[in-house]
Amino acid sequence: MRRTVRTLAVTSLAILASALAYSLDFGSTAANAEPQETKVIRIVSSLPRTGSANAQTTTMVNGIKMAIEEVGAKIDGYAIDYQDWDDASPQRGNWDPQVEAQNAGKAIADPLIVGYIGTFNSGAAKISMPKLNEAGLVMVSPANTASELTKPGTGDADEPMKYRPSGKINYFRVVPTDDLQGAMGASWAKELGATKVYVLHDKEVYGKGIAEVFKTSAGKLGIEVVGFEGIDPKASNYRSLVTKIKSKGADFVYFGGTTQNNAGQIAKDLRNGGVKAGFMVPDGCFEQAFIEAAGAPNLNGRTYITFGGLPASELKGKGAEFVKKYKEKYGIEPEAYAVYGYEAARVLLDAIDRAEKKDRESIRQAVAATKNFEGALGTWSFDENGDTTNRIMSGQTVEDGKFKFVKVLSGS
Amino acid sequence: MEMTAAEVFFQQVVNGLSNGMIIALIALGYTMVYGIVELINWAHGDLFMLGAFFALTLVGIFGVTEASGMGATGTIVVLLFSSALFCGTFNYAVDWVAYRPLRKAPKLTLLVTAIGISFIFVNIGLFWGGLPMEVFGGGNSAAAPKDFPPLVPAQALFGNEEKVHVSVRDGLVFGVTVPLMIALWWLVRHTKLGTAMRAVAQNPTAASLMGINVDRVIGATFFIGGALGGFASVVYSLYNNTISFQMGFRAGMDAFTAAVLGGIGSLPGAVLGGLLIGLTRSMSDQYLETQWTNTIVFAILILILVFRPSGLLGLRAKEKV
Repeated sequence: MRRTVRTLAVTSLAILASALAYSLDFGSTAANAEPQETKVIRIVSSLPRTGSANAQTTTMVNGIKMAIEEVGAKIDGYAIDYQDWDDASPQRGNWDPQVEAQNAGKAIADPLIVGYIGTFNSGAAKISMPKLNEAGLVMVSPANTASELTKPGTGDADEPMKYRPSGKINYFRVVPTDDLQGAMGASWAKELGATKVYVLHDKEVYGKGIAEVFKTSAGKLGIEVVGFEGIDPKASNYRSLVTKIKSKGADFVYFGGTTQNNAGQIAKDLRNGGVKAGFMVPDGCFEQAFIEAAGAPNLNGRTYITFGGLPASELKGKGAEFVKKYKEKYGIEPEAYAVYGYEAARVLLDAIDRAEKKDRESIRQAVAATKNFEGALGTWSFDENGDTTNRIMSGQTVEDGKFKFVKVLSGS
Repeated sequence: MEMTAAEVFFQQVVNGLSNGMIIALIALGYTMVYGIVELINWAHGDLFMLGAFFALTLVGIFGVTEASGMGATGTIVVLLFSSALFCGTFNYAVDWVAYRPLRKAPKLTLLVTAIGISFIFVNIGLFWGGLPMEVFGGGNSAAAPKDFPPLVPAQALFGNEEKVHVSVRDGLVFGVTVPLMIALWWLVRHTKLGTAMRAVAQNPTAASLMGINVDRVIGATFFIGGALGGFASVVYSLYNNTISFQMGFRAGMDAFTAAVLGGIGSLPGAVLGGLLIGLTRSMSDQYLETQWTNTIVFAILILILVFRPSGLLGLRAKEKV
């Protein structure tokens, strides 16, 4: 009995302490907000910062910071405060639905937050979108490509409306969607001479979605789809699967998925298993971490990567300027999505500038009204679904352990 | 290059046996420890993971990158034995620090302790992967999977004309695991230590009355079990070329399933269980769909537990080690 009492006492103390810490945290927020001269508004980003996506997201966060620095971290007398949040957990080494839900809750609860930049993974977006929508908080994603998040008719019957419980559109993205990227991947595969393709995916929203688009488009182009399977992303190897791919006589393999879901191991096992087929992956693998995970010799000259935009080396105008400044500032090449982080932040800041009042609703309306925005990715607008009107995509290969731009894939 | 149905089948047998042998080697560590102290050592899979990190660290320190003749063979032998020594010593130390004080405690206490140790190991692995070494990607992303250099070539063992591809790596798996299993069998059956182990497994009190130092025997069991995990970690790394701080969970889960399938506490049972799981996985991948593989493996486990609760070889083997 005495022990129970002691446990109770300790537990309640712990709860009290954490409550205190929490309120103190909010206290400091309020203290920042109150001062008469400078008012603060806050932007947060929710990206996977733990795990192998870290290298990619670090350059995205750098891009966001550069966009904020360009306006002097100040708009119309409001100081812009930026916080870099992680939506991954070490247990998963990848984005974590629980953490993303917590981030959304935290953002809604903080009255200073007027913009949410994220997410990186489409699966994560499905979790925070409805929450942020109800709260009327604008969300700009630099990297989600799953079509059903915004486009009616590309997913289930209740998509995308179930992500918009308030009926208003609060979700925008600066990157073209998978219904375009998957289709272009298929036509590129056809040009590369694919006749029998084996399609794999990682069973996630993004990976399965784009693999299905690829499969459908390949079928229409007369490429025979000899297999369509979801892999086990935690498997130690894919030897048996590779044998199966060989036995079906596939001359091309497509994997819809991300580096974090073992794309590298598939590439290793394909080569070690003696499969000569070309291997195509979407933008979820367009990061240096993919080459590191797979080992360059397993990719060189046999791997094709599609991307819903242009790589850093091919950007023109403001985009080229960004790449140059980025290299000067950080001393390294930005990853593919850095410029999308930059663009997402810029379009949000532009909207904050145009908004009459600096509250969530006015800023949401201002983002929605974005037309002919002169950005790093060209001149583009948000359409009625919140998608970018940009349609330029690219294809690359791997040579000597580096991505190499091959060509622009024209959108339809 | 079209393959006939028979070639596909035999290729999958090769794949399944290789993966199964690695699982079996890990499962032996589970089953030995269970046989002697009735502890399901949850940390065993994560110890195996640390062994792989240790091996990759050595690879990084000595700067070995490519397979090259006798040098590579030497390197692999060094890697195998140093990783085994590391894992064995580590396992022995953990027993000494964490489990020995709990010998008289209820079995559940021991199990919860093992789960705790498993968490500690995983976090050591996470920290280890963040060390600023080139083999760990410069320490920039601790949680990312690490590429283990292909020290063993993947080319076919019997020439490239063979339709069924038995690679040098498959050869390595069998060349390492089979002798180890024979050595273990010999140790348990024909040495003084083995006799002592079997005695302790049957009845610790009676064994100590006969003058056997029970703690020393248990310590030796932890050392041997850990060392097998160390060997397995190097074989795994050379076979798959990827290691990650999270790999212990899946490997441990497979090995535990193998141990239970074969009858936990039984050495031949662990090997049989490992091979069965390996073969089931490859057959399911080929003839069903990959997404069903895990379901099939665990469904088989449930069926075995329902109809033969002590596993395939559990009933016959009266002695637990």
